[in-house]
Amino acid sequence: MAIAGKFDTNKKLGLFLALGVVMAILPILIGSAFGNSWVRTLDFALLYIMLALGLNIVVGFAGLLDLGFIAFYAVGAYTYALLGSPHFGIHLPFYITIPLGALFAMMFGVLLGTPVLRLKGDYLAIVTLGFGEIIRIFVNNLNAPVNITNGPQGINLIDPVQFGGVSLGKPLEIAGLSINPVYLYYYFFLILTVLVVLMCWRLQHSRIGRAWVALRENDIAAAAMGINIRNIKLLAFALGALSGGVAGGLFASFQGFISPESFGLLESIMILAMVVLGGMGNIPGVILGAVLLSVAPEFLRDVIGPVQMATFGRMIIDPENARMLLFGLAMVLMMLIRPEGIWPSKRRQAEFKDAKKG
Amino acid sequence: MDIFLQQILNGLVLGSIYALIALGYTMVYGIMGLINFAHGEVVMVGAMVTITVISTLMGAGIALPGPLLVLIGLMVAIPACMLLGFTIERVAYRPLRGAPRLAPLITAIGLSIVLQQLAILIWGRNYISFPQILSHDTISIMGASITELQLIIVVLCLAIMGGLLLMVEKTKLGRAMRATSQNPAVAGLMGVNVNTVISATFMIGSGLGAIAGVMVATNYDQAHYYMGFLIGLKAFTAAVLGGIGNLAGAVAGGILLGIIESLGAGYIGGLTGGFLGSHYQDIFAFMVLILVLIFRPSGLMGEKVADRA
Repeated sequence: MAIAGKFDTNKKLGLFLALGVVMAILPILIGSAFGNSWVRTLDFALLYIMLALGLNIVVGFAGLLDLGFIAFYAVGAYTYALLGSPHFGIHLPFYITIPLGALFAMMFGVLLGTPVLRLKGDYLAIVTLGFGEIIRIFVNNLNAPVNITNGPQGINLIDPVQFGGVSLGKPLEIAGLSINPVYLYYYFFLILTVLVVLMCWRLQHSRIGRAWVALRENDIAAAAMGINIRNIKLLAFALGALSGGVAGGLFASFQGFISPESFGLLESIMILAMVVLGGMGNIPGVILGAVLLSVAPEFLRDVIGPVQMATFGRMIIDPENARMLLFGLAMVLMMLIRPEGIWPSKRRQAEFKDAKKG
Repeated sequence: MDIFLQQILNGLVLGSIYALIALGYTMVYGIMGLINFAHGEVVMVGAMVTITVISTLMGAGIALPGPLLVLIGLMVAIPACMLLGFTIERVAYRPLRGAPRLAPLITAIGLSIVLQQLAILIWGRNYISFPQILSHDTISIMGASITELQLIIVVLCLAIMGGLLLMVEKTKLGRAMRATSQNPAVAGLMGVNVNTVISATFMIGSGLGAIAGVMVATNYDQAHYYMGFLIGLKAFTAAVLGGIGNLAGAVAGGILLGIIESLGAGYIGGLTGGFLGSHYQDIFAFMVLILVLIFRPSGLMGEKVADRA
């Protein structure tokens, strides 16, 4: 048994190493085959993985439905942008602004969590949705009389991440080779994504993770077992918000420009869809969902137009329109056919089956 | 003082429209215990269909008085929305009865997106203006003014809501609805066809939504594929404020929310020394929602506990 266990660990280690190598060379393959814009899509996929994993802590682990998750992303992004752009003339380095953004996001997480502790299910969903909208409305309007967020115009010329003298925003010249920023950001995001995955992984198999499962399955029973429901819920909100805040800061640095438009309800729904479609509560499933939903739209953008031109000779449906239509239909069909997601955790699947019977 | 009265009047108009939409949410919630997220889109479709019918008639050179044109538009929009509501329930909710609560919420969001995108396909992304066929004469009451149209909106809303309450209290269908909301299984044993009742509820709610959509479009002189989202959310807030599942509560909550919103928008500038302006109007609904859910989750008139949700 012990030998089998050892063998298992070795196999797992090998699998992880292989995965690491694939992830390391993936952008080079994609970049040389399809061009740099697809590497950019990969960068965004990594950002979405971080976001989806953050939301997964709240929705998947703890079972609290949050429709305003994008607010934490906004908090992280605006913290980075305000402290690293010509807007206020402050240029703090990323290793201060990103943790600060994460901290603020966590504070907002607790701020949101505290009043809604008593709520469950759809009520919680609607209140978090309202919270997200409030943040967006404030960000959109806090440009007068004191200009804080620069309103709907957003913030421009945000500093890229800089390591010593190396800026990730400019092509890096090594030995006559020029490496495009999209590659530099890819590896930076990859490291952080791995950290977030590890955090989620460790959390899931910890005392806290088990407490969340208990809370999700039956909060009264969980309380009876001595779990402090209030603290454990707040912890879920705070840790979920943490990943959202980090991803937000990264987004601001990568994009160099942010505006309230990037933080609408649709984005929250998109991230929720990643978690749900992938498989709530299962880390690999959520990663799969995030990759699918961030890559598929780009793919469709490239496909829908030409296909229509080829078959009908003209554009019948605007690609953006068709993309959203498919997205909506996919959400409905997925819930009707496989509500537990593409790659659910066994436990979560059992809960779904159970609820259907009862 | 006249500003105060003016804001009250504006709030009353806005609030009675909210109330009409809130009834759709609260009826469905009362019977099935779920939030029909796609209800806002039904409201939007109602407005769009009416505008299309009116402009088609006008384009065909049929000269009829304005109110009659709107009435014809409504006669098309109401059945269309009822059909839509019926379909929504059949496609998105019925197969998921008994599934975890998250599932119908997500289908509803998905359906909302689908309906919005279909609306873009049919009516485009731009604002569509409501044909100028209704009089905009104003009546002044003690220094405040209200248009005739707005007065009609308020009166019509109150009449419709009264009719609905009467129907729920007095008719056989109403009794079946009340029975189903108390306990669907037992209602079924008593010979109530639960599926028919649920379909009827969705259809009635959607019909009211269509009327409300037209009212919104006439009041703001325009309609838009995205108009359903915010107004739906506010109407939902109204339903929660009044106590979700309670019809009279939805009416009271709607009117109260409308008044809170317009008073808030009117006075926030002065109260915060100009720091926050009237463009923060939309925040009030969300603030009210959060405050109600924290301090009185059962709403003003609700008897149910929020824990159920």
